[in-house]
Amino acid sequence: MQPILEMRAITKTFPGVKALTDVNLSILPAEIHAVVGENGAGKSTLMKVLSGVYPHGTYSGDIFFEGKERKFATISDSEDTGIIIIHQELALVPLLSIAENIFLGHETATNGVINWFEAFARTRDLLKKVGLSEHPNTLITNLGTGKQQLVEIAKALNKKVKLLILDEPTSSLNETDSNALLALLQEFRAQGISSILITHKLNEVMKVADRITVIRDGKTVDTLDTSTAKVSEDRIIKAMVGRDLVDRYPARTPKIGATIFEVKNWNVHHPQHADRRIIKDVSFHVKRGEVVGIAGLMGSGRTELSMSIFGRAYGQKISGEVLVNGKPIDVSTIPHALDAGLAYVTEDRKTYGLVLIDHIKHNITLAHLEGVSEHGVIDDLRELSVANKYRKDLAIRCSGVYQPTVNLSGGNQQKVVLSKWLFSGPDILILDEPTRGIDVGAKYEIYGIINQLVDEGKAVIVISSEMPELLGISDRIYVMNDGRMVAEMPAREATQEKIMRAIMKSWEH
Amino acid sequence: MSDVATSASEKSVILRFIKANMRDYALLLSLLAIMIFFQFTTNGTLFMPVNMTNIILQNSYIVIMALGMLLIIVAGHIDLSVGSVSGFIGAVAAVLMVNYKLDPFLSVVACLALGALIGGVQGYFVAYHKIPAFIVTLAGMLIFKGLALTVLGGASVGPFPRIFQLLSSGYIPDFFGVENFNVLAMLIGALVTAVIIFFNVKERRNEQAHGLAEEPDMIFYGRNLLIAIAFLGFSFLMAKYKGLPNVLVVMFGLIALFIFITTRTTFGRRIYAMGGNEKAARLSGINTEKLTFLIFAIMGALAALAGLIFAARLNVATPKAGLGFELDVIAACFIGGAATTGGVGKVIGAVIGAFIMGVMNNGMSIMGIGIDWQQIIKGVVLMLAVFLDVYYKNRAH
Repeated sequence: MQPILEMRAITKTFPGVKALTDVNLSILPAEIHAVVGENGAGKSTLMKVLSGVYPHGTYSGDIFFEGKERKFATISDSEDTGIIIIHQELALVPLLSIAENIFLGHETATNGVINWFEAFARTRDLLKKVGLSEHPNTLITNLGTGKQQLVEIAKALNKKVKLLILDEPTSSLNETDSNALLALLQEFRAQGISSILITHKLNEVMKVADRITVIRDGKTVDTLDTSTAKVSEDRIIKAMVGRDLVDRYPARTPKIGATIFEVKNWNVHHPQHADRRIIKDVSFHVKRGEVVGIAGLMGSGRTELSMSIFGRAYGQKISGEVLVNGKPIDVSTIPHALDAGLAYVTEDRKTYGLVLIDHIKHNITLAHLEGVSEHGVIDDLRELSVANKYRKDLAIRCSGVYQPTVNLSGGNQQKVVLSKWLFSGPDILILDEPTRGIDVGAKYEIYGIINQLVDEGKAVIVISSEMPELLGISDRIYVMNDGRMVAEMPAREATQEKIMRAIMKSWEH
Repeated sequence: MSDVATSASEKSVILRFIKANMRDYALLLSLLAIMIFFQFTTNGTLFMPVNMTNIILQNSYIVIMALGMLLIIVAGHIDLSVGSVSGFIGAVAAVLMVNYKLDPFLSVVACLALGALIGGVQGYFVAYHKIPAFIVTLAGMLIFKGLALTVLGGASVGPFPRIFQLLSSGYIPDFFGVENFNVLAMLIGALVTAVIIFFNVKERRNEQAHGLAEEPDMIFYGRNLLIAIAFLGFSFLMAKYKGLPNVLVVMFGLIALFIFITTRTTFGRRIYAMGGNEKAARLSGINTEKLTFLIFAIMGALAALAGLIFAARLNVATPKAGLGFELDVIAACFIGGAATTGGVGKVIGAVIGAFIMGVMNNGMSIMGIGIDWQQIIKGVVLMLAVFLDVYYKNRAH
């Protein structure tokens, strides 16, 4: 059978990083094709190449769709040929109606005057096709996530879709909604529409996919056919994580003391949707001198957990108990959390970590201005010596402490954020993706800083989506999924397969 | 040969430094250029002692409000109500002092407190209820315009007690008794110049001791020389007329205080951090709500002071007082280099911005240019100043 889509030898580089190397992907007509891989393996980049987000010329390799070579310059180019992508974050306008959203940008209009009767009639047909019994006038904001997903699909159908790409479509859906969505994909297959399904949930892959392409480190490592070969989840997991571990982590002899930090029965609800529980009965603890890793997929709730603990910077209706040295403490505001000895180093250093327009010196002292001032008056020279000390200790590469942080490389920005929190003198540090987007050398230095901190008797919690990193630096690992702690294991007993299996198993109930 | 080489490299250092600090110099040079321009077009009236004194008196309330507005703009907000609030406070002061014969000192204190309260209430809605400052203060602008009318009953109330008038029309008395020259004014001017230069030298020593002095010697000496000439020349002009106006002392005191607050205190630092990245500031343990609230309260108190000065100057409170002040105040901050996105701006920039507007008002009035063209020209200058700022910023990137 002639494939409907063929991507051949796709290579895409970003400054300094090769995101995709010679990736091949072929999709047959009327097929559900799953694309799986770890976070950062290159799945999303591949889909962005396909849909024209990265226009032709910014990558090398060829795309053939329906037998013709395609050179998409924009997203609308790919949509015009019938390739439609539905992103993880839904692209609907919340305060417009279903009908308005479906026809947004493709209004049924003559001379700019919209024919609402036709739009409503067609919306009703489309909603019937996706199995949604809502009035076309209903506002998007009044729909649950599952139904919103269906509206997105209806919108795709309206554009005469031939190849539907779904990026993590079920990550925020409950079981019933997920099953309905998968059934819809199977129905589309019967009508001859192909789908690409990007997902972490291997049980879903096993349920509906005809073929599976596994991507690892920007390369296609395997294409499995579920109809001919016997494919198991273990087989897929092995293909996903099977890389060699080299010695990329500085050695440390753990000196673990008494429990310093403990969280009990922590529950958090979504900041906008009060009925959605994001963190569910989470309990965990950390000891002095211990590095605890929290593993999980994107969206598993790790960032939400730590931000909600750190002065309720996330969520609402928060309940549970936080103890430091066995005594309950108040973490209801960020200043309180700081006073209790907590520090949270954000995963998004540009949005939450740095004042980018300001220079290194001002950023380093920001969380602890009391340390360089007397009666509210800043001692400029003391501040300067503090900044220079951290510049030296953490080897921040810069022209001087008066360099604006916006001009620093990712690794050095991260060191400035770390400096800020080290200067606030915390006992417990939560590091959220501390090495995201920084090069190998800087990573090694950050691991060294972490080791030094725990050697001083502090406790460090590391959240990371890179499993080898967690295995390399942690003493103990918690696995989190869907807002729950689903497993706990000593790092020396942990493997990537074990962690993956714990995550996959937790989906099943 | 080597002498030539070093002087060439010295020259390039100086050039590089000037380039890096272009924005600051450009502003000051613009003010100077505008003053010289009007000195010619007004046939030498601009620099006459009586006119210089007038410029100070006419612009003091704008400068004082610009100080508070700078904090607000740096924090990423805006306050449209300052004109109405200052008019309203002037009206309240008139009613207290003229109608109720309340003690002038007590009245002033009460008015400043009322201003802070008004600012605080607006700040409360901005900070704790996250209502955009534009809307809160737009509402405030309408409310206090109306309240000023109500308090005055639609009529003008005056005159004020003599002691209150002195706030705007009084001068620091001279006790040297030299005819036609206020020796005290000159002495104070010299003293202030000496103090400023002393602190500059001290800071420079400190910087040099820590190997931080980036400013080339030439620029440092030149800058201090210019400061000395400007301050001494200005004092001389003041001394030739009636001496130092009381309001000038108040204004300079506040400018110094706000420069100190913005550059040396944790309070000031937190405002810049909040304006630069509110989320990062919050996560660094800064109580952004309280900070926003305080800034608006300060703005309210300054608007009240400006209202008092304006009322004392006219010696009457009118329902139209304060009309449109907010526009000059906001324009001063943006001409002075503050960024609409927050996090950027200097007190001294806002002050120079206010004087650029003030000198243009003054010069164009003397030239007899109609109010219509004055508005047009001021609008063009504001647009041009911000455009050049943005243009050079983009080119630098």
